[in-house]
Amino acid sequence: MAVKIGGVKLPHLKSTENMETVDFPLPKKLILPMSQCMGAPCTPLVKKGDTVTVGMKIGDCDKPMSVPVHSPASGVVSEITDYRLSNGASCKAVVIETDGQQTVCPDIKPPQITDRKSFLDAVRESGCCGLGGAGFPTHIKLGFDPDKTPIDTLLINGAECEPYITSDYREFMEAPEEIIDGIEYIMKMLDIPNCKIGIESNKPSAIALMKKQTADNSAIEVVSLPSSYPQGAEKVLIYTAAGRVVAEGELPSHQGVIVMNVSTVAFIIRYIRTGMPLISKRLTIDGDAVTKNNGNYRVLVGTPVSDLLEYCGAEEYGKLLYGGPMMGIALDNAERPIIKVNNALLAFRSTAEPVTTSCIRCGRCIRACPVKLMPTSLESAYDREDTAELERLKVMLCINCGCCSYVCPANRHLAEKNQLAKGLLMKNKRR
Amino acid sequence: MSLNVSPSPHIHDNISTRKVMLTVIISLLPACIAGVIIFGPMALVNLCVCTASSVFFEYILRRIMKKPQTISDMSAAVTGLLLGMNLPPEINPLFGVIGSFVAIGVTKQLFGGIGQNFANPAIVGRIVLMLSFTGHMSRWSEPFYYKNEYDSVSTATPLVSGNADYMSLFLGTTGGCIGETCALALILGGLILIFTRTITPHAPIAFIGTVALLTFIAGDDPLYAILSGGLMLGAFFMATDYATTPLTEKGKLIFGIGCGLLTFAIRKFGSYPEGVSFSILLMNLLVPYIDRLCELKPVGMKKAAKESGKV
Repeated sequence: MAVKIGGVKLPHLKSTENMETVDFPLPKKLILPMSQCMGAPCTPLVKKGDTVTVGMKIGDCDKPMSVPVHSPASGVVSEITDYRLSNGASCKAVVIETDGQQTVCPDIKPPQITDRKSFLDAVRESGCCGLGGAGFPTHIKLGFDPDKTPIDTLLINGAECEPYITSDYREFMEAPEEIIDGIEYIMKMLDIPNCKIGIESNKPSAIALMKKQTADNSAIEVVSLPSSYPQGAEKVLIYTAAGRVVAEGELPSHQGVIVMNVSTVAFIIRYIRTGMPLISKRLTIDGDAVTKNNGNYRVLVGTPVSDLLEYCGAEEYGKLLYGGPMMGIALDNAERPIIKVNNALLAFRSTAEPVTTSCIRCGRCIRACPVKLMPTSLESAYDREDTAELERLKVMLCINCGCCSYVCPANRHLAEKNQLAKGLLMKNKRR
Repeated sequence: MSLNVSPSPHIHDNISTRKVMLTVIISLLPACIAGVIIFGPMALVNLCVCTASSVFFEYILRRIMKKPQTISDMSAAVTGLLLGMNLPPEINPLFGVIGSFVAIGVTKQLFGGIGQNFANPAIVGRIVLMLSFTGHMSRWSEPFYYKNEYDSVSTATPLVSGNADYMSLFLGTTGGCIGETCALALILGGLILIFTRTITPHAPIAFIGTVALLTFIAGDDPLYAILSGGLMLGAFFMATDYATTPLTEKGKLIFGIGCGLLTFAIRKFGSYPEGVSFSILLMNLLVPYIDRLCELKPVGMKKAAKESGKV
């Protein structure tokens, strides 16, 4: 099936790609929302005044679709607050006053893994979720039913197609052995015969390094992907790297594929070896408001954004982003913390939004859409609240990559309208 | 510090409606310059009057309707320039003003302004002038007449005379509208549009190809047919107008083929020697249906179970 994937060519702006990861200084205070990724929010397991140590579990939930939260530092719980997430939902947050000792929790030891089930339990206990940005709980993704949906390919996402971000690239360059060990471990535990590592062609050193590392393992193939956005979007990656189309309402596992971010696999093998749960993230800090020290940092989960900005000399900023400029989330204040799914913090000076004018029907959005939707038709259908038309035009297939808004000469908010349209359809369904 | 909290994406391609329209104007300039060289100062006056009056009508109508001003997007200038290129060189400039009013006032602004009009404004302007003032609109001047001592000399367009040589058709030294005769300049402009990705080549190729093929089948000279009349101007610049042509590439192909078919039919069987304007206008009317027929199939879409009675 020949499907032309649209997408756009973006400036790469990866000026931090050769900057080795450095540990960000321990902050005085950490804020840990009990909802760090997709799934049910956790309940705090600690209360005000409790002493915590590095790696101690401080939040958990008995629902299967949830991931526990661990303390990234040693110190004292100064308060349990209500926290509003950037998507508008609320949860509790544990605020920790760090003591500077970084005393490691005595319970930290490599997990006992004997079979598939104990492996999945360990993955859950590690607090791991998809580290590429979407934050899907990893134990759920890996907990596929091999009888119903047999998986033949583990697809490693190292596309990193967003401008600025280089954190996955640094993972390739700094931890190539761990990545391969992690891949081989997961393949062995879950009986997955093949693996493909997809890397965009603008990272030749990572491709060469991975090819060298996998030279003696014929089950792992390194695939050079075209450098076009949104190459790292799950469906696009599955199509370009494995030639399969994930249909409407399907998960990648229906096509025999599971996709994992490169940093996630590397984390899993580290956890298997050390037992240290997910308490820090590699973060690319960049953007035109960052005046010094832009680069890649190992940042403890919960570190306030304001600490990072101060360290990087960002004073005059008008827009702060969790993630890249195409799909990142704009922050409403700098007191928010870094959470598990973040891989970049970008600070920009400019606040001016271009003026929106009438659609001239140029068709650029249609040519750019990687899913082959018709964004301009979807926009007018949303504006007249025509839910039947929105469903007919398959707005639910939109992956919110933002290509349509990016190319629009009239600066119309096409991607935003698609998200609103999805909300409208969901609301109508619930009725 | 106040933060801008807007939805993604947070960056934008370096493109605007104004830049698109400026590209179109630049790509029209070779044919305009050729027209002025071939037909002299009156051609320049007519081009300027049409452009200026179109911009003026856009400005004044937006003002009267108390709508945001849109002249800075340059689309009115494009319409005016195209209308001017579709007029005979020696025509009284007042007709250009009337044409501009029909194009901008009636065809564009009455339907909501840029992007909302269903018919190509310049073509409607030209057709209204042609039907209302047929005599004035079909008085063709001899190329380079302005260098002669005597007054304007009338001639026939190559479509009527049928005896122009290929070289003069290619260079435009024949009778015709200001901007339609020089195939060389029009192809150059079309290539600018295609290489700057302002238009896709689907509609022009389908349009010109269909005319050539049908002319060949009918036993006439296909090269003569595509080099004469308003075909090049229409195919590259009017059958590619965003608002009045289909959105998808498949739709653009169908649009081009339809235009070619109608142009051939009017030229061969109709009572007018030229049919490019009429064919584009007729196809404009079919655009909503073509769009509906040529919707893209989203990647991974599952065929919906057939609903009874409802498509």
